[in-house]
Amino acid sequence: MYVAVKGGERAIDAAHEWLAEERRGDVSVPELSVAQIREQMALAVNRVMAEGSLYDPDLAALAIKQARGDLIEAIFLIRAYRTTLPRFGSAEPVETGEMACDRRISATFKDAPGGQVLGPTFDYTHRLIDFALAAEGEPPAAREALAEEAPMPRVTEMLSRDGLIQQEQASDEVPPDLTRAPLEFPAGRPLRLQALTRGDEGFVLSMAYSTQRGYGRNHPFVGELRIGAVPVEMEIPELGFSVEIGEVVLTECETVNQFTGSKTEPPQFTRGYGLVFGQTERKAISMALVDRALRWEELGEDNLGAPAQDEEFVIAHSDNIQATGFLEHIKLPHYVDFQAELELVRKLRAEAMAGQQQEAAE
Amino acid sequence: MSEERKTWMGTLATAKPAALKAAVDTLGALPGFSWLRRPEVGGVMVPGRMGGTGAAFNLGEITVTRCALKLESGEVGHAYVQGRDKAHAERAALCDALMQTGRADDVRRLVLTPLAAARAEARKARAARAAATKVEFFTMVRGEDA
Repeated sequence: MYVAVKGGERAIDAAHEWLAEERRGDVSVPELSVAQIREQMALAVNRVMAEGSLYDPDLAALAIKQARGDLIEAIFLIRAYRTTLPRFGSAEPVETGEMACDRRISATFKDAPGGQVLGPTFDYTHRLIDFALAAEGEPPAAREALAEEAPMPRVTEMLSRDGLIQQEQASDEVPPDLTRAPLEFPAGRPLRLQALTRGDEGFVLSMAYSTQRGYGRNHPFVGELRIGAVPVEMEIPELGFSVEIGEVVLTECETVNQFTGSKTEPPQFTRGYGLVFGQTERKAISMALVDRALRWEELGEDNLGAPAQDEEFVIAHSDNIQATGFLEHIKLPHYVDFQAELELVRKLRAEAMAGQQQEAAE
Repeated sequence: MSEERKTWMGTLATAKPAALKAAVDTLGALPGFSWLRRPEVGGVMVPGRMGGTGAAFNLGEITVTRCALKLESGEVGHAYVQGRDKAHAERAALCDALMQTGRADDVRRLVLTPLAAARAEARKARAARAAATKVEFFTMVRGEDA
């Protein structure tokens, strides 16, 4: 147990002064602006917004600067800030079907209506260090083409029309919110999805990967992956109608998974779902795989004892701020606790040694 | 009225703060007002839907600044705008109020129309870049099928 300590103020002040100096680094190198981080470290900003559970690119960029690029520390700053905000209310659920897609691909249908749009992707790059980026210079303008106004229907809708995939039941029920009430298990799918979308990318990725390697395999196909902006609408209490108050970029992943049917359902495909703030496709795909693995009970599947099927294990360990808070606290003074342990060990040793001496004497 | 107001409030909220400021500056002298609610920053929870179409779950929050003001002539303007820019919220609420006055045509011509056009232009530019990355995948014929 951590016991409060007093003193050390002067050392702490000095440590923070030095931290500020180290943060700045070599002053002969120009200082980074928040806008530079926001524009040029955009994927780090997106990760901090997603796991900080607060969409505000300028704030996330500032947090990254303050945290010296330690993204978990930056997420911690965002979470702490978030708790100071009064909650004005809840927006209407976002309509991802109406997304202005920067990217939209399907691994299941090559001729998906609306087409396959690669967007600004790392896919198909050679993953070779580009030394040209070390030199200054602007890249050439990206090419443009005539954009058709064609709709991009959901890939899962095409399967749904023929009854080949499990239906999602729409409802107007207000979802539970883990930032307002303590998480209890079983949590249910809405809370699981909230926890996963703000969960640690590395953790969610590893849990998803474990299902691919055989610990609760669920045979996923990426039915559709889309990235783009969606409007955020909210009913204004003073006016009684809803208004667009802003826009967020989201990454959505829908997986199509094998399912052989159960006692009540004929064979059909099932779904995993990932939806994450920003351009965050590794996270969204991972989220969809873990969501699907956690649905075993609802779909009448066997519990294989796989870690990714264990709701309590996954959700209780997905939050990197909770994890790092508990992990890092053990480096803080535990002097009283340790003194007690020390005395106990000394006493046990003394007793054991006294016993040995007695045996030897007999 | 509410349908039109919904549109202009959305245009004001989603405008780039610098662009709204530049547009409002072209309006000339602005009327005095009193605050009904001074600009304050808060959070709004944004839900998504399972599978895109199913039951809702909470995705995360966005920062929002809101305010309400009353013109000397009595019209009330509201603003709920994404982000933490209090001056942006004030300008949005002021334009919302002005749209209910005789200066509505000025606001429409000098503020709303150019801002809506700028947004459409920005969208078009992204859509054109996206369209240039549209691919046709061909499934290769496998040896055993040949």
